[in-house]
Amino acid sequence: MNASFILQSLIDGLLIGGVYSLVAIGLTLIFGVLRIVNFAHGALMMLGMYTTYWSFSLLHIDPYLSIVITIPVLFLIGSLFQKFLITPIIDAPEHNQLLLTLGVSLFLENLVVFLWSPDYRVTRTSYEFAYLYLGDISISLMRVLAFATSMIVAAIVYLLLTKTDLGKAIRAASEEPRGAVLMGINVRRIYWITFGIGSACAGVAGSATAPFFPAYPTVGGLFVITAFMVVVLGGMGSVLGAFVGGLIIGVADAVGGMIFPGAMKSIISFVLFILILLFKPTGLFGSSR
Amino acid sequence: MNETGPATRQLAGGLSAKKSLVVILVLIALHVLPWTIPSHLLHTMIMIFIFTIMGQGWNVLGGYVGQFSFGHALFFGLGAYTSTLLFLHLGLTPWIGIFIACSVSISVGLFVGFLSFRYGLSGPFFALIMLAFAEIFHLVSTTWKAVGSSLGLLIPLEGNAPALMQFTGKMPFYYISLWFMVGALYLVWRFEKTRLGLYFLAVREDKDAAEALGVNTFKSQMTAMAISAGLTAVGGTIYAQYLLYIDPDITFGVINSVEIMIRPIIGGPGTVLGPLLGSIVLTPLSEFTREVFQSYSGVYLMIYGIVLVIVIMFLPDGLIGFAKNMLRKSRGN
Repeated sequence: MNASFILQSLIDGLLIGGVYSLVAIGLTLIFGVLRIVNFAHGALMMLGMYTTYWSFSLLHIDPYLSIVITIPVLFLIGSLFQKFLITPIIDAPEHNQLLLTLGVSLFLENLVVFLWSPDYRVTRTSYEFAYLYLGDISISLMRVLAFATSMIVAAIVYLLLTKTDLGKAIRAASEEPRGAVLMGINVRRIYWITFGIGSACAGVAGSATAPFFPAYPTVGGLFVITAFMVVVLGGMGSVLGAFVGGLIIGVADAVGGMIFPGAMKSIISFVLFILILLFKPTGLFGSSR
Repeated sequence: MNETGPATRQLAGGLSAKKSLVVILVLIALHVLPWTIPSHLLHTMIMIFIFTIMGQGWNVLGGYVGQFSFGHALFFGLGAYTSTLLFLHLGLTPWIGIFIACSVSISVGLFVGFLSFRYGLSGPFFALIMLAFAEIFHLVSTTWKAVGSSLGLLIPLEGNAPALMQFTGKMPFYYISLWFMVGALYLVWRFEKTRLGLYFLAVREDKDAAEALGVNTFKSQMTAMAISAGLTAVGGTIYAQYLLYIDPDITFGVINSVEIMIRPIIGGPGTVLGPLLGSIVLTPLSEFTREVFQSYSGVYLMIYGIVLVIVIMFLPDGLIGFAKNMLRKSRGN
């Protein structure tokens, strides 16, 4: 194990961490505004992967351009999900809300098994084996593109939240829903828009990973637990926390991959997660709420 | 339970004569039943019983204290792996292994409980922390060679060996799982009426109010966690002995957590018979759809998803809550 190998692993970790950030931003945004942990978030990411896979194999659209399809598709699915299934249970106990999203996730995953079989599907691009070289270090072009795509979308979401009236309304609904209603904000509308944006984030993350991560129906389960850990690490509801947390977990996984074999690489991030719960359960950027 | 005061004795009332008679008749029927049904139905019955035991385990924590766990496969897996490893490496009979399995499961449960309840982490947080822990054990059992890695563990069949909880036929397992299930139902039924059982309900309904009235909510939650982890591990050990094979996916897998919790949720969380009712409805459904749609093995999970959404939206108290409501309405008319 030499220095360039370590550096390369860390860079790979950071790049995939950018994707985790985007998934977690979607999750934390929905949580911040609706106070719902969306267990179906991973399933939505999976749908994003399949959207990219099908638009590539049927319409020959480049996976990183396919996000122009993924964003509206996932926004639509997310906002319909919110309108028809979340709205009726918005005042139900928290665990029932979580169970409902679990039910939706089971349904979506197995609908995909039913429609397209449980086979692994890889979106094979022409630049599959293209690498960028920095001295001894080689970095997969696809991972760089995935990182860049995720960061651009994350930045757009951030600007949307901080610079636009819609963003102001979303933040108001998140901080003080009743006050927001009194100020004339249509909170119901904010709810489905937020859910749509959050779902689109998951979808874009799916599109961005599809070229180097196989799509299969239950792939989302892998990411939803990671995203949840990222969100706890960063502080529930904090977009900035989700961004930083994603990068940290990405690097932690890379370090784990150097020490432990195969799937055990996630052990480091799990330990980190437990330590956060032990010593700072509000997360790095969380308020005490 | 060392809290036996006058209140406990008053509260722990028995059943009326009529209800006792029904219970006795059902028990006799269940003991005669296996001699009259074909072998594959016997398998379904055993699965109903085993999943009722584990559903009851989930129910103590989820239904009675209101802490919904998304990772009860953790305790199932610990139960299955502990007794199996002890048998494979030390030749220890699962009849003793089952107690050690319970202790291991309870210890892990208390650790997770300590992490969560001390900060009052509840609702989705607790649910997903449980899931994360189940996932840690899933990863370890998939990777670690000493516990069989992803190939799993095969328990060698020693023929008909009652001392090793091994039988060549299904019949003995029918009775073992039936008795353990009856034991689990009886335990929760008695417990429901003790002082601690009432504390559980108080903590579920309003944690802050319960705390203000002097209920030690942390202790109540930890006790529930211990009972829950222990009961679920019992189911895991019996399951392993029945199938003689375990692997990471069928024990620690996410789907298994769903299988365990969906039964009490559908049947009626926080009721003694909820897990049994849910199991009676769902177990045959999943066995049947798996047989019919073999190539589309996910169909039963799709149905689970739909059932879950419908129950949460329209019957949040499960089938038992629904039945009670109907009864009340018909009496009102």
